[in-house]
Amino acid sequence: MSKVGIVGIGHTVFGRRSDATVQELAFEAYRDALADGALDPAVIEATVIGSVPEYHKQRSLAGVIQEYLNLNPKPTWLTEVACASGSAAIRTAWLSIKAGVHDVVAVIGCQKMTELETAEILALMGRVGDVQWESGFGTTFPGYYAMFAQRHMHEFGTTAEQLAQVAVKNHYYGARNPKALFQKEITADKALASDPVASPLTVYDCCANADGAACVILAGESAARKLGGGRVVWLEGNGCASASMSVLRRSSLTGLPSAREAAAQAYRMAGITARDVKVAEVHDCFTIAEIMAYEDLGFCAEGAGGAFVAERQSYIGGSTPVNVDGGLKAKGHPVGATGVSMACEMVHQLRAEAGARQVPGADVGLTHNVGGIGQYCFVNVFVKD
Amino acid sequence: MFEWFGKVNYCRDTKVDGFATHLRAGRLMGSACSGCGHLSYPPRADCPICRSGEFAFIELSGKGTLSTYTTIFAAPAGFTQDAPFHLGVVDLKEAGRLLAPFGDTIGPTEITIDMAVQIVPRLCDETESIKVYYTLEKPGTTWFKTDPA
Repeated sequence: MSKVGIVGIGHTVFGRRSDATVQELAFEAYRDALADGALDPAVIEATVIGSVPEYHKQRSLAGVIQEYLNLNPKPTWLTEVACASGSAAIRTAWLSIKAGVHDVVAVIGCQKMTELETAEILALMGRVGDVQWESGFGTTFPGYYAMFAQRHMHEFGTTAEQLAQVAVKNHYYGARNPKALFQKEITADKALASDPVASPLTVYDCCANADGAACVILAGESAARKLGGGRVVWLEGNGCASASMSVLRRSSLTGLPSAREAAAQAYRMAGITARDVKVAEVHDCFTIAEIMAYEDLGFCAEGAGGAFVAERQSYIGGSTPVNVDGGLKAKGHPVGATGVSMACEMVHQLRAEAGARQVPGADVGLTHNVGGIGQYCFVNVFVKD
Repeated sequence: MFEWFGKVNYCRDTKVDGFATHLRAGRLMGSACSGCGHLSYPPRADCPICRSGEFAFIELSGKGTLSTYTTIFAAPAGFTQDAPFHLGVVDLKEAGRLLAPFGDTIGPTEITIDMAVQIVPRLCDETESIKVYYTLEKPGTTWFKTDPA
């Protein structure tokens, strides 16, 4: 079966974009991706949009974006699985190419998160969990991850200082990413002294909402070789799994079962193991989420995630550099864009054009994109040509 | 009557509607599948194992152990006046898990993972409309609010 490769990438600055609509953000990423691959828009056969609709005033986003990209009457559709919507868009594009239906597909992850008023955001925040049994008691996203963190601390001795080290690392690399929301280093003391959000998590344990868009253009093997000019990055493993919506039906409170399953699929498909991964982007919506990801992906043993970051194993030069673009934590988290942004970073790394944050010798990269509190997880393996 | 359930309610219509009526009367109910006997908490009308749509409510002891917890400082809509408040996830003695706020009998500094807790039904006395929920209390705490209606 034909391989699938990435032949163009584009990425907006992540941050507050009061100057642009969501389709204007999508256009920026799309234009950059065409320019990056020196591609004629005529080669694009379809677009898949990854986004979470409830943040936008505009309904039915794929339609308004396709019009703004001037791609009618080519097909377009939206994929939504919360914060993993971008990776779901990549997967459906990949599936359509694998199935032989399309040859070249543009995937755009985009999100405008600053359109809503504070009251609307608070109301949305109140319905992130299972609304029948959990939301009625005031649960929040940070609250769920806080409960994972509390249990992780109890079972494995993980500390608040280790959580803070994730924030310190990701801000260190965010300061080296010109597209990041926060381009400033922080100290562990500053992180530990920040206001509590949901104990044991503080403000610096949480990623920030942002506006932004990212685009990858996927192509089947022969088209990719023709269009890619020798700089194609191949998507060789695509894993995808789910876990219960409700924390009350979870088999584990210290990791994400969906991440473990998606990782196993992706490693098997790509014919690699965790040891082969030279650089990874993981879903650090909260610092504990990155620590659980190290373990779920097999970068370290279960329970050893806190020590892994404290010993700098996830820095460049460590055993598996993680989130060297700043991660969700410092780069910002425009939810629909995040999975596609992760793929863009892998392409930068595997093309060895990541500048100040380049991982030397990166030839295999991995992305781990989680929706909700792990209801959905997508793990992709990228390999250099 | 499921609109009675929760400090805030987002869910009115469900096949396990009777849960809230039982809770108002002081009974915490799980579900037992009439087909295969599978026990579930939260209760569910449709069996995940044998797919039967027949079930019966069964009363649970409300005894459990604390699996994890958090204190919410940044609260969502409807809860900003309550913050900070303490939530726990409990492994129930008979089956399943439950999420609830801590009640008055357990102080914030007393909360520890693996502690024994008692789920106690509560009537919300802050509003005109009926609200029923439950709190996590020290073992031995009993249902102490009577139905004013």
